[in-house]
Amino acid sequence: MRIVVEKRDNKSKSAAVLIPLASFAISLILGAIVLLASRSNPLQAYSAMLDGAFGNARRFQYTIVESIPLLMCGLGVGVAFRLKFWNIGAEGQYVWGAIGITWVMQFWKFLPVPMLLPIGLLVGMTLGAVWAGVPGYLKAQWSVDETLTTLMLNYVAIGLAEYLYISAWKAPLGNMGTPEFPHEAWLPPVWGKIHSGLYIALAFVVLLWFLLYKTRWGFELNMIGKNPRAARYQGVSIKRNIVLAMLLSGAICGLAGSMNTAAIAHRLTKGVDGGYGFTGIIIAWMAGLNPFASILVAIVMAALTTGADALQIAMKLPESMGEVLQGLVLIPLLAGSIFVEHKLKVIKKEAA
Amino acid sequence: MKKLSVLLVLLLLSTTLMFAQGGKEAAPAADEPFKVGVIYITSPGDMGYSYMHDQGTKAAEAYFGDKIEVIRMENVPENDASARAMEQLIDAGAKIVFANSYNYQDYMLQVAKENPDVYFEHCSGYLSNENMSNYFGRMYQMRYLSGMIAAKMSPSGKLGYVGAFNTPEVVRGINAFALGARAVNPKATTTVVWTNTWYDPSLERQGAIALLDQGIDVIAQHQDTTEPAKAAIERGKYAVGYNADFRSVVGSDNVLVSPMWDWGNYMIPAIESAMNGTWKSQAYWGGLEDKMVHLSPISPLVPKDFQDVVMAKQAEIANGTWDVFWGPLKDNTGAVRQQAGGKLADDKMLTMDWFVEGVIGSVK
Repeated sequence: MRIVVEKRDNKSKSAAVLIPLASFAISLILGAIVLLASRSNPLQAYSAMLDGAFGNARRFQYTIVESIPLLMCGLGVGVAFRLKFWNIGAEGQYVWGAIGITWVMQFWKFLPVPMLLPIGLLVGMTLGAVWAGVPGYLKAQWSVDETLTTLMLNYVAIGLAEYLYISAWKAPLGNMGTPEFPHEAWLPPVWGKIHSGLYIALAFVVLLWFLLYKTRWGFELNMIGKNPRAARYQGVSIKRNIVLAMLLSGAICGLAGSMNTAAIAHRLTKGVDGGYGFTGIIIAWMAGLNPFASILVAIVMAALTTGADALQIAMKLPESMGEVLQGLVLIPLLAGSIFVEHKLKVIKKEAA
Repeated sequence: MKKLSVLLVLLLLSTTLMFAQGGKEAAPAADEPFKVGVIYITSPGDMGYSYMHDQGTKAAEAYFGDKIEVIRMENVPENDASARAMEQLIDAGAKIVFANSYNYQDYMLQVAKENPDVYFEHCSGYLSNENMSNYFGRMYQMRYLSGMIAAKMSPSGKLGYVGAFNTPEVVRGINAFALGARAVNPKATTTVVWTNTWYDPSLERQGAIALLDQGIDVIAQHQDTTEPAKAAIERGKYAVGYNADFRSVVGSDNVLVSPMWDWGNYMIPAIESAMNGTWKSQAYWGGLEDKMVHLSPISPLVPKDFQDVVMAKQAEIANGTWDVFWGPLKDNTGAVRQQAGGKLADDKMLTMDWFVEGVIGSVK
């Protein structure tokens, strides 16, 4: 008897629902085992996490604030993933967005103050696009493996940001960061902690949905991802579309960085590489590259982060427990997703 | 994949309902303990900076008993997550919040302004508000004494210093160390490498190795782990610890001495004043005289008569007849920074961005 993994003939609708459900249940059970092993009540711990993420207005606001850059990065990398271009450089593109807006705020003194925010967002977006466009061009022109180039360029961007806030653009008084942006140029709040970046992110959800599902270009991207040979026969320029998709992908991730910087830190500072770009990859993947589904997945991922704070506060568990539980939620969900398109088949050896 | 999203909503809702009961908070009891929030940059398990802060927190817990309840948050990054951590602590009922790393200060000021009924205590910065104090200790006093010991024990007179960031705190410590070294050996040099991280065992070790490769025979450090010291000991060289008593942590007499913190001596009065309503905003910078800092026991490898010399110097600091940054002071480009006959003012020390003579390296 042996077990083989086979592709399903047609995607099973019930599997698409039941498998994530089962995966989530498995992750809860795995987490419960870990919690029990550290002598905590799993039910209490999970309810503390939920309470910490959504328990009152302020906690809910923090979860939404955390989800905004996650959503943007998820949307951004999702565009590149459509044509199976593995942009794992969202973190670096995000950092370039932060650098871009800081550059405008700190040095473009010729601009009137009300213009700083919109121009800064645009410049951040542009720099993110350029940073993503480079590996896009390398791939299109010379088939340079994008996984390596996008990944490595992250560390170049992070290193440059570090050089800027520690040394070149540093504020006086030894503060580890650039001077604060003018107050009038901050991204304004809309409800409590939630800033207007929420509207920008939601606008991008609609925009991308339209672009990817309702336009010829979106159709072309899909075709390249699913069947590049067919796309080529149809006269679709793969090279051009790779570069274009990467420019858009990087622009969105860059905008995520400039938005978050203008909304929260108000300066380029230590901690700018908060990992949103990397989590964005998981979000795009789990949302099946669907912009609307990304909203929900981003909120779930944000809730895992804000909820983990509650483990320390309400349960007095160490911080690492939050990370363990986050990992345990992800692994079964990601691993389980393979069974949506594949099935296990048990082949019984017939008697000879 | 729309299914997945619908599904996740359902899951979320169902789990919310399932656990809604558990999520409800108990009504505050009349004799509820005073809640103290503490935010650490690393985990107290680092045996370094946060470990010593946690020793202070534990001293406060022992002192107040069940009159206080401490809520700790560890490994809090120095970005927006720190503001959220502070808000979460306030949300959980904390009436006073301590945060122990430099770059929390901008976020803390922001949160302090939005929460006027909570007291805030920021360690190692310079910002304050009506409800926010900053506090720190004059660690440079102990750095000076450790520099004396390092120079005494170094055959080559070449000392190394693994530094985290070019903040005034770290620069001041390096300068004090170099001055102490030069007081014993006028030719002693202190070479600095920056790691640009408070906590990274591997980078810290690499920094120390880069120094050791240059023939340096004592490694001092402003880092959160014991790795630089371990790297020195593994090569048979000497180390100067920091934060905790590295000689007992690492288990080698090659750790000559460790400058140490006593945070509890600040935290206990701060919590007490917050409890009885006499809390006042301040910029606190206590030294040896306030028992904020002290020197670990010195390694038996250091000659006894020289230990007495160090202790005599320490007594001068403790009784206020002498302090580290006395003039004349020159920086390492030769420019005079402090004339003879006076000592460097506190504000100049708190914004220090230059190295004294004898330091090889650049602040920038």
